[in-house]
Amino acid sequence: MLSVQNTDAPVTFSPELLGKFADVVSRYPEGKQKSALLPILHLVQAELGWVSAPAMDKVAEYLKIEPIEVYEVATFYTMYFLKPQGKYMLEVCRTGPCEIVGATPIMEHIEKTLGVKEGDVTPDGLFSWRGVECLAACGYGPVLQIGPEYTFYENLTNESVDKLISDLKGKANN
Amino acid sequence: MGRKLLLEHINVPGINTFDVYRSKGGYASVEKALKTLSPDDVVEEVKKSGLRGRGGAGFPTGMKWSFLAKPEGVPRYLVCNGDESEPGTFKDRYLMTHIPHLLIEGMIVASYALGAKTSYIYLRGEMMPQIRILEKAISEAKNAGFLGKNILGTGYDLELYVQPGGGAYICGEETALLESLEGKRGNPRIKPPFPAIAGLYGCPTVVNNVESIAAVVPIINEGGEEYAKIGIGRSTGTKLISAGGNLKRPGVYEIELGVSVEDFIYGDDYCQGIANGKRLKAVVAGGSSVPILPANLILKTINNENRLMSYESLADGGFATGTMLGSGGFIAYDEDQCIVRNTWNFARFYHHESCGQCSPCREGTGWMEKVLHRLEYGHGKMSDMDLLVDVSKKIEGNTICPLGDAAAWPVASAIRHFRDEFEWHVTNPSIALTSNYGLANYADPLPKLEAAEA
Repeated sequence: MLSVQNTDAPVTFSPELLGKFADVVSRYPEGKQKSALLPILHLVQAELGWVSAPAMDKVAEYLKIEPIEVYEVATFYTMYFLKPQGKYMLEVCRTGPCEIVGATPIMEHIEKTLGVKEGDVTPDGLFSWRGVECLAACGYGPVLQIGPEYTFYENLTNESVDKLISDLKGKANN
Repeated sequence: MGRKLLLEHINVPGINTFDVYRSKGGYASVEKALKTLSPDDVVEEVKKSGLRGRGGAGFPTGMKWSFLAKPEGVPRYLVCNGDESEPGTFKDRYLMTHIPHLLIEGMIVASYALGAKTSYIYLRGEMMPQIRILEKAISEAKNAGFLGKNILGTGYDLELYVQPGGGAYICGEETALLESLEGKRGNPRIKPPFPAIAGLYGCPTVVNNVESIAAVVPIINEGGEEYAKIGIGRSTGTKLISAGGNLKRPGVYEIELGVSVEDFIYGDDYCQGIANGKRLKAVVAGGSSVPILPANLILKTINNENRLMSYESLADGGFATGTMLGSGGFIAYDEDQCIVRNTWNFARFYHHESCGQCSPCREGTGWMEKVLHRLEYGHGKMSDMDLLVDVSKKIEGNTICPLGDAAAWPVASAIRHFRDEFEWHVTNPSIALTSNYGLANYADPLPKLEAAEA
């Protein structure tokens, strides 16, 4: 279950999560545990909703690397959220092939429907949205993805976006 | 319709499971390779096949394999590049979603050929669904004895893992991918040393695209020479083409290399023409990095020959009148699309994705994006086109990795072939905001062919 943590408060990783970390680390040769960094940051984000500085420090401690080695990675890659997002982050592909089949109007529609600007969170904490670069689904555009499962929604229309948003609202309220 | 080597069984229900895949002849190449061929024999078959890297560069796969250093006591690695992020390209996602065991099978044979005991499939982080699919396929293959210790009793051991990226186009560049797999920022490395000498953890490593590795399966099953009979000239075998944009029937097509571009766009077996009854204006044939061509030049070469879907034919005419097959990301633009807007979109993409290591790329991509933005939004100057060409030339060839070239080519080619459309944006700034220039000017068919200045 996704629970967004709104502060920079210290974090503790559950035994289940630590078990998943250990499974990832076992994939690499002895002493190369730093390779687990990207997968572990995904696991942290799936659990906490974003990647806070205290969470990164804990990851550094776990992997026996310097905190800066985690920060520089978390800030380089686009998938890691460095601040809390809505429970559902709608990431709309805005690159060429999706753009020519209508990505911009879809983003405008989402902005209007949710009533928040790109990167902001709705007051109920449920949604945020942003444009992202090519999602490798160019034949099925416009597309959007929602983490942490990264489910894809393809061939979007205003109507299908409305239905998606209302379905997600229903899901969140159950 | 041509032969299908990769997608032949794609529509068989349950082909994503081990049992159905196996019942359709799956994993035969593993049995054949491990039981009857030496690792060098496998490399030799791949060399004979003429297979060229399907990720975009088109470098011969067998040759790449033969460069792998084999020092005593040092592990060797095979890393599959599934970072598929080139705008227009979505074939690897399709293959892994629907027929994941084909990639696993290819990975086993290729790892055996290279002497790798641990191999990684690096997927872009956004492909979490495909990561789950592949991990399931790996565990099925392992249960059936095709992975793990002593595979099929031959004494060969192999472990296979799937690694997610974090969202960065640059990680499709092989040395950036290796950095990322080591848990670092995706900054490309200076070559040499090439990964074949010092790759993952400083050990000899081969990095191959998903489709290249999948193609090893039919090559081993049928033999390299048989594979080489398909296709045309040095473009052997089949290629997955991701068709997107304003096409009637977009999607992933497996073609025999050598199909004509016209047939691919308009043929009943392929894309069936342009959507909504419109006309074709332009095509990006091999992913956003390759030069964009107007309709007349994509359908025919400058010598008035039919343009074919092959490495050589698409490149015919060099960058003056030709383009590249690249990754096979085929984007069609109808008569209502604006080339200036598209070029700005691509420039923004490359600016966003530049890793920032090399100044010409870090600064140049941002500069081009800004200039193209002002052209698109009615504030352009007549001198901007020359400025863009100048900036693009100063990026090209002056960076550690090819992202710089990839950013420069679409801009330079758009101005080369569509300069009057850019000029029209400057002279008609307010009209350009609401209407489109291209309607009458480039749409197919154009009777006259002229070489543009390179």
